Amino acid sequence: MAAPVLRWGCSGTCSALAWVYGVSRRRRGAPTGSTSNWIRGQSSLAQQPLHTARKPRKGEHEWAAVVGLEIHAQISSNSKLFSGSQVCFAAPPNSLVSFFDASLPGTLPVLNRRCVEAAVMTGLALNCHINKKSLFDRKHYFYADLPAGYQITQQRLPIAVNGSLTYGICVGKTRRQVTARTVRVKQIQLEQDSGKSLHDDLRSQTLVDLNRAGIGLLELVLEPDLSCGEEAATAVRELQLILQALGTSQANMAEGQLRVDANVSVHHPGEPLGVRTEVKNLNSIRFLAKAIDYEIQRQIKELEDGGEILNETRSFDYKLGCTVPMRDKEGKQDYRFMPEPNLPPLLLYDATSLPAGADSQQVINIDQIRERLPELPSVTRERLVQQYGMLPEHSFTLLNEVGLLEFFQNVIKETRAEPKKVTSWVLNTFLGYLKQQNLAVRESPVTASALAELLDLLDSKAISSSAAKQVFEELWKNEGKTPSQIVSEKKLELMQDQEALEQLCHSVMQGHPQVVMDVKKGNPRAINKLIGLVRKATLSRADPAVIKATLEKQLSCHGSCPPA
Amino acid sequence: MWARAVWLGLRAPLGGRRGFTSKADPQGSGRVTADVIEHLERLALVDFGSREAVARLEKAIAFADRLHAVHTDGVEPMESVLEDRCLYLRSDNVVEGNCAEELLQNSHRVVEEYFVAPPGNISLPKLDEQEPFPHS
Repeated sequence: MAAPVLRWGCSGTCSALAWVYGVSRRRRGAPTGSTSNWIRGQSSLAQQPLHTARKPRKGEHEWAAVVGLEIHAQISSNSKLFSGSQVCFAAPPNSLVSFFDASLPGTLPVLNRRCVEAAVMTGLALNCHINKKSLFDRKHYFYADLPAGYQITQQRLPIAVNGSLTYGICVGKTRRQVTARTVRVKQIQLEQDSGKSLHDDLRSQTLVDLNRAGIGLLELVLEPDLSCGEEAATAVRELQLILQALGTSQANMAEGQLRVDANVSVHHPGEPLGVRTEVKNLNSIRFLAKAIDYEIQRQIKELEDGGEILNETRSFDYKLGCTVPMRDKEGKQDYRFMPEPNLPPLLLYDATSLPAGADSQQVINIDQIRERLPELPSVTRERLVQQYGMLPEHSFTLLNEVGLLEFFQNVIKETRAEPKKVTSWVLNTFLGYLKQQNLAVRESPVTASALAELLDLLDSKAISSSAAKQVFEELWKNEGKTPSQIVSEKKLELMQDQEALEQLCHSVMQGHPQVVMDVKKGNPRAINKLIGLVRKATLSRADPAVIKATLEKQLSCHGSCPPA
Repeated sequence: MWARAVWLGLRAPLGGRRGFTSKADPQGSGRVTADVIEHLERLALVDFGSREAVARLEKAIAFADRLHAVHTDGVEPMESVLEDRCLYLRSDNVVEGNCAEELLQNSHRVVEEYFVAPPGNISLPKLDEQEPFPHS
């Protein structure tokens, strides 16, 4: 990969980017909704808008990047959008194809109720206005995996418009603080998926599998409110969580259930937007961020070298980590949109407009759907913060990691320990071990029950904190032992015998008169040395707090009260 | 009847990628320019192989222009002739599919239950690369 002309690290915080990109959002006005700290980064210069904090010198280049996303989410349903063939990921080629999907003459589209409900749910979750009347159109283009030669979509009047997606981005030098940002949702529309093409360059042919043709998709068009790869990645992750919580899509990027195309352009703040390129073939969130950042960098370099940006479609080559122009795209496409003549307008109702005596199978009530919406991630996070007293960034981590929230809740259920302790153990120790060995939560050798048992032992002061860490390490080896077994095998129980402890304290003090003198002189650190010595003598089996109390009691007696 | 004539004219074979330079033709009305013809040829994969075809197209457009005679101020445009019908909602059950063998019989070439197609879209030659059309 060519050495970048402008050094900027998006692997760090967006604050590192801010000085290069400037503040592009000023011109578009403040985003709606929550506490969007849209004057990003630079936590040390917190609330200062960038262009006054650092005046650009004459001739200096300050670039702003603008990123718009088009997201296609495959609707989680049993059958396809307009036909009754099955929706399934891996199946023998062309086995899940009906006559309509193969676009044989004489077939007609029949709309799937579940797909409409999924669209309405998603629209409501993203604060959209649901259009009570929406229309279907045909979008024409030629490609082997689109047998009809057109795709049924909703171009004129989509089912939902004007929403917002709020996501939390980590800012600050330590990336600990989470600040909320919003990206506007332009529209959500229902459309058909196309089939799959397998390119056989060797034999100069394309193999077409129509299993995917006709599956319902939700196309979400986001306004270009994003300005770097990290923002885009975070927004998409949040959308994934929302779709998964709603059950409208499994949103698994690796399986193609969530596809993202990015439109990227750069410009100088204050000047009109630059020419944009479209980046496709992004099949993971990590690559999405990388591709966007690479493309921004490429465009800046190109413009600084005096070149120009072509309005083209580029593909992300994840092996090389760069975007390359896609072949087969001939300039601007004319899709010849026309109304779909076989489908009447889609009418939705609410409690007030519901026609009396209507067949409940044939009408969709927006209010009813709104009432049945499951808990959204943002609400879950808020609940976690309120219920367990954790910091907002903890709730983000819990939701971000697949399966971690469930694990956490299982531990909470089974343990007597305080929620804050559980939070700390799950997010620091447990997650730390997982990350170190690159494991998913479901691959963890330590079960929620085991951790709960361990925390109970800790809570009842049967073992010390450091002993607990040792037990955890043993548990991770997955030798089938319970925490209690490990504790007794390794003799990690806390010393309960107060008399024996007092004996030890006394003998340690007698063996180190100089340290005792230091303590009496008022040296605050000397007592820690004594505690350390006693701990060693007890083979780490005594609680440091108890040791300290015992020592202090003995010291105050000036050694004149011998142990019993 | 005109409509059918136009339809037949538009259904010319795909061979012979020849364009038409209406600008050079003294008889052309000039309303449908060469650029538009080329654009249409790419979009709809038809071949305006002859001057007559373009003339038919222009006549068809003139025929359709007669719609402008209708006064439509204050009238909501109709979306489709079905617009006051009820859109039927199907319940989400699997009732079709599993007919790969039948479907594959329609294809000229098949490789292991996949349809076979040419690699990608074959791009059309540009207008200036084409031979100029002989005026008939």
